[in-house]
Amino acid sequence: MTKVLMKGNEAVGAAAIKAGCKYFFGYPITPQNEVPEYMSRELPKVGGTFLQAESEVAAINMVYGAAGSGGRVMTSSSSPGIALKQEGISYIAGAELPCVIVNMMRGGPGLGSIQPGQADYFQATRGGGNGDYRHVVYAPASIQETVDLIMEAFDVADLYRIPVMVLGDGMIGQMMEAVEFKEPKKRELPEKEWITTGTKEERKPNIINSLYLEPDELEEHNIRLEKKHELITKKEKKFEVSNLEDADVVCVAYGTTSRIVKNAIEDCEKEGLKVGLIRPITLWPFPEEVFDEINENCKGLLTVEMSMGQMVDDVKISAKGRWPVHFLGRSGGMVPNPAEVVNKIKEISGGAK
Amino acid sequence: MSTIVYEKSKGLTDTQLHYCPGCTHGIIHKLVSESLVELGVLGDAIGVIPVGCSALAYKYFNCDVHQAAHGRAPAVATGIKRVRPENVVFAYQGDGDLASIGTAEIIHAAHRGEKITTIFVNNAIYGMTGGQMAPTTLIGQKSTTSPEGRSEEHSGKPLKVAEMLATIDGAKYVERVSVDTPANVRKAKKAIKKAFKCQLEGKGFSIVEVLSTCPTNWGMVPNEALQWLRDNMIPYYPLGNFRDFEEGK
Repeated sequence: MTKVLMKGNEAVGAAAIKAGCKYFFGYPITPQNEVPEYMSRELPKVGGTFLQAESEVAAINMVYGAAGSGGRVMTSSSSPGIALKQEGISYIAGAELPCVIVNMMRGGPGLGSIQPGQADYFQATRGGGNGDYRHVVYAPASIQETVDLIMEAFDVADLYRIPVMVLGDGMIGQMMEAVEFKEPKKRELPEKEWITTGTKEERKPNIINSLYLEPDELEEHNIRLEKKHELITKKEKKFEVSNLEDADVVCVAYGTTSRIVKNAIEDCEKEGLKVGLIRPITLWPFPEEVFDEINENCKGLLTVEMSMGQMVDDVKISAKGRWPVHFLGRSGGMVPNPAEVVNKIKEISGGAK
Repeated sequence: MSTIVYEKSKGLTDTQLHYCPGCTHGIIHKLVSESLVELGVLGDAIGVIPVGCSALAYKYFNCDVHQAAHGRAPAVATGIKRVRPENVVFAYQGDGDLASIGTAEIIHAAHRGEKITTIFVNNAIYGMTGGQMAPTTLIGQKSTTSPEGRSEEHSGKPLKVAEMLATIDGAKYVERVSVDTPANVRKAKKAIKKAFKCQLEGKGFSIVEVLSTCPTNWGMVPNEALQWLRDNMIPYYPLGNFRDFEEGK
C-alpha cells in the first residue's frame, strides 16, 4: 500500500475510522482540533456519528453511554481538557467499558500553553481520576506509530474492556509525515454480551455500573480489576531498546523526546561514546523488566522529558538503585535540543572527550 | 372468588425499594415503568440512573440501565441514543443532580433536541447526602446547609427548571406535575407517557418535572409533607404544561 502524507491529528482520525470507530464525542481545544474536525467531516461518510459536546465532561460521559451500548467510540483532547475528562475515565474504568482517548499534550499546569509538552505523564499513568484503576497508555513517537497504535488501541480496549489512552503531544498532532495504514494483528475479540441494547423482554437487564455499596462486593470488584491489570502488564508491554549490553549511558525517553534523544545518541556515537536507549511505547504498563538488560558497568541513566520530571519516577523504580538516574527536562513548550542532551550524556559518562 | 384489580408493573424488578417511608420516588418509578409497558417499549428501554437517592434505581427498573456520574445522565443518555436511535432512552434525575451539578448537560441535551426523555424529581432538597440545600430549596426553607432558612440575598431564588428549559427550542415537551394526590398521580402518568411519545415520534427532547416529597429531610410525617408540598411548592412551582409538540406550543 502506498504511503500518504498526513498531519498527525488527521492521521488519528483516519486510523480510528479504519479501525471501525463509528462514534466520536469531543470539544475543541488546541493543539488537537484537527481530530474532531476530521471526524466531523469523515465519520458521516461511513455511517458514523460525530457530536461536538458542550464540554469535555459531557464528551467523556457521552463516551460512557456509547461504549456501554456497544459503540466503537473515541474522544480526543489536550491536557486541560483531559483533566476535565478524568471523572468520566474513572467511571469508564470502573464499569469496564472499552474506548479510546487521545491526549495531544500541551504545556501546563493550568491553562499552560498550546505548545508541545509531556507533563501529563502522571495524569495518564497514575490516574487523574479517583479510585483503584489503570488504563493502557500508548506513547507514539511518529505519525506512523500513532496510526498503528490507534488501530491497535480499539482492539486492546475491547479485549480487556478497558479505556486505552494514546498519549501524543502538540508536535505529534501538528507535524506531517508519510504514513501507511496497515491491518493490525488479528485478535480474538469476545462477543459483547454485556452491552445495553434493550432486553426485548427476553433476557435479564444488562447494567452498566461502577457503584458497589457493599464493601466486600467493591473489594471483590477491585481484585478482579487488578487481575486484569496484571494480565495486561504481562501481555501488552511495548518498548524499543538499543545497545543496553555495552552502553556507558542509557537514555530513557518516550514520544517526541525519544526522537531528539536518538539524534543525540547518533552524535555521541560519532565521538565514540556508547549510548543506549530505552523507549517505552506503553507508559502503562511500564516496561520495567527491560532495565534488567542494562550492563552493570553502565555509568548512569538519563531520562529526557518535556516536563520537570515525571517518567523519571518510573525509571528510578525500574533501575532499583543499580545505576544513578539523571534527568534532563524542558518545560512550558520548550523542546530539548540534541546538543544539550549530548552535553548531559558526556557529563554522566565522565566528562567531555 | 377474588379478582385481581391491581398488579405490580412488570417494568419493575422484584427488588425491594430502599426509599424512606412516605418518599414519592416509588410512585414515580411505578409511573415510568407502567408507561413503558403500556407503550409496549419496555424491551426497547435503556434507562440512565443518577447520583442521589435514586442511585440504586438500576436495581429497580426491569430494563437495561446505565448508572451515570453526578449530573451527567443527559450526556450518558445522549451517547446511548446516538448509538441506538431505535431504542427508548430515558434519564431519571433528582434536583441536586439535574438543577445543580448537571445544568450544562441538561441544557445542552435539550438544546440539541436530543431524542431522550428525562424524568426530573424535584423535592427541593439533597436527600441522599442528608438534607442539604438544593438550587430548588424554597426561600425560608431550612436545610442542613441553610440552618436559618434559605435567603434570597445569600443564595438566590430557587431555580425553575421547567420554565427555563421551555425557553429552549429543542425541548418539545416540558411539563410539571405533582404526585401529592391520586388525581395528580394520574395526571403525572399521562405526562410521562406523553413525554415518551414525544421521543417515539422523534420530535425532540422531553422532560417531566415531578414535584416530590422528602419527609425524612423535611422533618415531617408523610401526610404533613404532602400538605407542605401543596402549600409551599406548588405556589412557587406551578403545575402545568410549558411546551407541547402536539399543540405547537
